[in-house]
Amino acid sequence: MSETATGRGWGAQDVRRELHSELLEINMGPQHPATHGVLRLLVHTDGEIVQGVTAHIGYLHRCAEKIAEGCDWRQWMVYTDRFDYLAPINMNFGYAVAVERMLGVKVPERAEHIRVICAELQRIASHLIAIGTFGLDMGAWTPLLYCFREREEILNILERISGGRMLYNYFDIGGLRYDAYEGFERDVLDFVNIMEQKIPEYDTLLSYNKIFIERTADVGVIDVATCHAYGCTGPVLRGAGVPFDCRKDDPYSIYDRFEFDIPYGEGEQGTVGDCWDRYMVRMREMYESCRIIRQAVDALPGGPVKAEELKKLVKVPQGSLYTRTESSKGEIGYHIFADGGSKPFRTKVRSPSFSNLHVIEKVGPGMMLSDLVATIGSLDIVLGEIDR
Amino acid sequence: MQVMTDLFARIFGDGLSPVGLLVAGGLTMALIMALVMALCAIVFTWAERKVAGFIQSRYGPMRVGRWHGVLQPVADMVKILGKEDIVPQDADKPLFLLAPFVIFIGSLMAWAAIPFAPGFIAADLDLGLFYIFAVSSAATIGILMAGWASNNKWSLYGAARGAAQAVSYEIPLTLACIPVVMITGSLNMNDIVIAQQGGIWHWHFLHDPFLFVAFLLYFVASIAEVNRGPFDMPETESELVAGYHTEYTGMRFAFFFLAEYANLFLVSCVATAVFLGGWQPLFGPVFLPGLVFVIKAVLLVLLQMWLRWTLPRLRVDQLMHVCWKVMVPLALICVLGAGIWMLATGQTG
Repeated sequence: MSETATGRGWGAQDVRRELHSELLEINMGPQHPATHGVLRLLVHTDGEIVQGVTAHIGYLHRCAEKIAEGCDWRQWMVYTDRFDYLAPINMNFGYAVAVERMLGVKVPERAEHIRVICAELQRIASHLIAIGTFGLDMGAWTPLLYCFREREEILNILERISGGRMLYNYFDIGGLRYDAYEGFERDVLDFVNIMEQKIPEYDTLLSYNKIFIERTADVGVIDVATCHAYGCTGPVLRGAGVPFDCRKDDPYSIYDRFEFDIPYGEGEQGTVGDCWDRYMVRMREMYESCRIIRQAVDALPGGPVKAEELKKLVKVPQGSLYTRTESSKGEIGYHIFADGGSKPFRTKVRSPSFSNLHVIEKVGPGMMLSDLVATIGSLDIVLGEIDR
Repeated sequence: MQVMTDLFARIFGDGLSPVGLLVAGGLTMALIMALVMALCAIVFTWAERKVAGFIQSRYGPMRVGRWHGVLQPVADMVKILGKEDIVPQDADKPLFLLAPFVIFIGSLMAWAAIPFAPGFIAADLDLGLFYIFAVSSAATIGILMAGWASNNKWSLYGAARGAAQAVSYEIPLTLACIPVVMITGSLNMNDIVIAQQGGIWHWHFLHDPFLFVAFLLYFVASIAEVNRGPFDMPETESELVAGYHTEYTGMRFAFFFLAEYANLFLVSCVATAVFLGGWQPLFGPVFLPGLVFVIKAVLLVLLQMWLRWTLPRLRVDQLMHVCWKVMVPLALICVLGAGIWMLATGQTG
């Protein structure tokens, strides 16, 4: 105390030296409501301030890439479902496109259109969960239930078309497993009409709520340089102000035929790349997905949904190829090595959540514990996809 | 208590001495208040689920008790009674066991000074309002005890946040009531209600603009005081798992729950008595005073539930910002403004 009287500052550092305090080491997860799955974050805190974050992953590792070496090309589709269990169709899509490119197969027009419709419905469903659980992380319960109400409609459509509500296994190499049911177009259009009316409702309830903005604007800012360094893609990269989207910049399937915009963060409520920007990118992407769905339904042709020339047992010619597609979380890449046999020689999946999650170690230190929860929520990670 | 002592005097005639009458009346009132508390928890847990369901476009409980799941709280109580009472190995055992009761008793004691109807008040204290604020602060000690004794880092966080929040928000809460005390010239809860006689225009919250602001301040501060959304810092289930009661199970957990809902009703009762005319009806003569009082308080409780299920939660530093930089200065302005208003309109307290 005498030292303060002689004019030394009484800052936090000095208090710590005087009181011999140390950082609190605290495990956030694997059982913790804010970690969105079995993620364990080792957090060092100084009171409410986070001083260090380390992400420990691997609790959901199922050796999916190794299993591929024992499955034939078609069988592994089932495992891709289980990567991002909130957007399995987007995972299917990436794998199907990858193998088809290696085979040089032309997918029938009808199959391509139904694929795009399903993938965009799935993207909306996945974003609805992201937005709802992000609200939940902020303590807003009600938006989550509203999001689930709309997601239910999507699941109903996907259930009628594929038979599954969570894991669809609907895409096949060279097309789809089954054709769409009668009345599919009407169901999809009905849903899109409802969805476009509901988005302003979320905006009123959550996006432009004063408390919500206070909690998310200027919080967890991830700039472009950090995104590049960590390989962030999807809404995290777009939230940082880069309008990059594989659907537009590296088109696959028939995405080059549709008109849609890429929403990106502009720092409307604070800094570019804050939690609010990432959240809002997802919100606006749902609009764009609705636009794509409308165009795809309008252009939906008749005809087969499977490539005729594909035999029962697919054999991919020798070679390797990296194919990237845009899932709801970002760039999902399949790097596949084929030795000419009926099974993949080696597969490597580049999952967007894996790259997106680890940014937390860079941006985490210095923020408050509540902001850490907000930032993790805004990254929208799915552990099934990180651990595979 | 007057009602009770009169009742006993009529039943037993001269068979009871004045001291005996006082003891019998006091015990009966204490029993009634404890029952009111238990009833609060039962009714409000059900109501909370129904309100949440209504807001979130779902039904809430529908099965137990045939009509809209009315017996759901009873089923929950039975379930919770059957739960194992776990004390963590490294917990500070005496404190851990004591904490739920401290919170519970802090809440129960405050009920003594709530005037439900003319003469129906357990303790007609001259310092009634002051007494309520004083004893309800005991809950803070309970929160700290629970968080510390659990020996869980998340609980400790919850406790630290809870204590900081409760201590801070007591200040605007109390300051907001001061203008009313100035006008009434009394801290006696009965006097405060009687001063609002004669219809809605005589209720304190419409007395002058400053009192209206004071009422709003009281309402916001009271939500924070009972740790409910959007100010549920000590629990923050998405950050701190369950805050200070993470490690509690079974009946001990139920005591926290009971105290939460009892406190919810308590702050609404105080708001009713101090600002909303207590048992006085909207207009006309006093009519079914107890019912009028409870209806007003329940409406306030429903309003709090509405807010909880609509708004996101504030961050802990924003919470303190709102308290110290917005609400405390505003409350002080209200005290000053109400004083000037009284001078200007020639009223004296």
